[in-house]
Amino acid sequence: MNIKNGKELVRRCKEEGLSIGEFILKQEMEESGLSREEIYDRMLDNLRVMAFSTTKGVGEKVISVSGLIGGDAYRLGKYLESGKSVTGRTMVKAMSYALSCSEVNASMGKIVACPTAGACGILPAVIMTMKEEHQVEEKDLVMGLFASAGIGAIIAQNATISGAEGGCQAECGSAAAMAAAAVVEIMGGTPDMCLHAGAIVFKNTLGLVCDPIGGLVEVPCAKRNAAGAVSAMTAADMVLAGVQSRIPFDDTVTAMYSVGKLMPEALRETGIGGLAGTKTGKKLKKEIFGDKDGKSKNKMNDDTFDAEKTGE
Amino acid sequence: MKKKYGVFDIIGPVMIGPSSSHTAGAAKLAKIARGIAGEEPVKVVFYLHGSFSKTYKGHGTDRALVAGVLGMDPADDQLKESLKLAKMKGMDIRFEEKDLGDVHPNTVRIDMTMADGREIRITGSSIGGGAVEITRIDDDDLQFSGNYPTLLITQRDVPGVVANVTNLLYEEGVNIAFMSLFRSQKGRDAMMMFELDQNVSTAMIDRLKKVPSVENVRFIPLSSNVINYPVL
Repeated sequence: MNIKNGKELVRRCKEEGLSIGEFILKQEMEESGLSREEIYDRMLDNLRVMAFSTTKGVGEKVISVSGLIGGDAYRLGKYLESGKSVTGRTMVKAMSYALSCSEVNASMGKIVACPTAGACGILPAVIMTMKEEHQVEEKDLVMGLFASAGIGAIIAQNATISGAEGGCQAECGSAAAMAAAAVVEIMGGTPDMCLHAGAIVFKNTLGLVCDPIGGLVEVPCAKRNAAGAVSAMTAADMVLAGVQSRIPFDDTVTAMYSVGKLMPEALRETGIGGLAGTKTGKKLKKEIFGDKDGKSKNKMNDDTFDAEKTGE
Repeated sequence: MKKKYGVFDIIGPVMIGPSSSHTAGAAKLAKIARGIAGEEPVKVVFYLHGSFSKTYKGHGTDRALVAGVLGMDPADDQLKESLKLAKMKGMDIRFEEKDLGDVHPNTVRIDMTMADGREIRITGSSIGGGAVEITRIDDDDLQFSGNYPTLLITQRDVPGVVANVTNLLYEEGVNIAFMSLFRSQKGRDAMMMFELDQNVSTAMIDRLKKVPSVENVRFIPLSSNVINYPVL
């Protein structure tokens, strides 16, 4: 994308009198040479996959390939039906949808990486919750996705969206910032407000490390997706109430990147530090992968076949 | 130059989880390998290097690779069942850990044997976000991404072959995005690689095969549902 940063994005949107979503769609047309319909339909396809991945795990218990996670989206769905929630219907639904995507991903189901597979629950959860709890029309949801893609591209071009490079703040933090901007746009906020929401998310996710158990995209990733969706929606509410971030969006992106660079490798998707390095983390890893000889109740070997064991 | 991202690099690809590099990229690599082979192999040995060899089961890399060899895209709902499908077909499959040398951490060498005994070895790397690079076919080092329809032509290293081939492509109105030329030894086997903006027709492939000194023509069409968007 030929837009340098958030400041330029807001200026260009203002000049052309467009929302971020409309501006990004137009920008993509110019840069790819594709028609509006082609680009719009491709994004609509993504929305349809999101509709699937957000609900599959709520309707049935989806268990990951390793067996480490699963069934939590279903639990939240039942809890939602009971009507006894602390944070209210919207939040519980968003959490259940985010968990569903993460569970579908970890069970080798179909998801949209947005921006990554590890953070694939946050944006879809928020978008689909907006659809149902605020009766947002499909075309507005699609435009919200374009707005979030613009924010994501700015983050990727100026910092990183990879956990291996910048920790979880770069994956789930970026996804939540993208989702927050989408919500603000969908609710009629200005481009400037969208960036304030993204900035607030980064302020609240700064420093989050990437420490998956056994290197698998499961623990703590699924719950971080749920937390990311909540963070996005709370930031959007603050901004829609008129709250601003004292640190501008572009500076929060810079901060996220510099914090990521300061993070030791053990906390950047290596499965060594943080939760992965705890006694329980190591024990779970051993249970899943077995010891060096491949012995132990190795869940990953359940449906593998003899061919894999021949090593001559 | 800083990397630029299009909207579908950020929202996408649609893929079977859990990992864009270890699952989606692996499937894409193996599908390209099968495309190069031109038919379904009866026997495949996957030599897994680096991070691929350490974590392949946890990320379903094994299933993704087999799915690709079976011709599936990274977003295919059947990807998860690929090991069973291959077994049902009687495909002989093995996975081995191997140090492939100074290569990307997520690298695999795919050795395939066809029904007629023909063998082919393809090495490629999953370089992140589902994007891949094929780096070697048999003994030829090369580099292509699979992001474009790709034409691989082996020929004898004599003057005029490149001109004849590009002329034919021009006649069909096919635009070349990238091209490279390799040879093992002067006057011996050589290889041309074209990454194209359009697909070529079967008729065109037949015409290319008839160009003097051309020995073999392989065409790998664009794989759908993967990051096939040129990075802007």
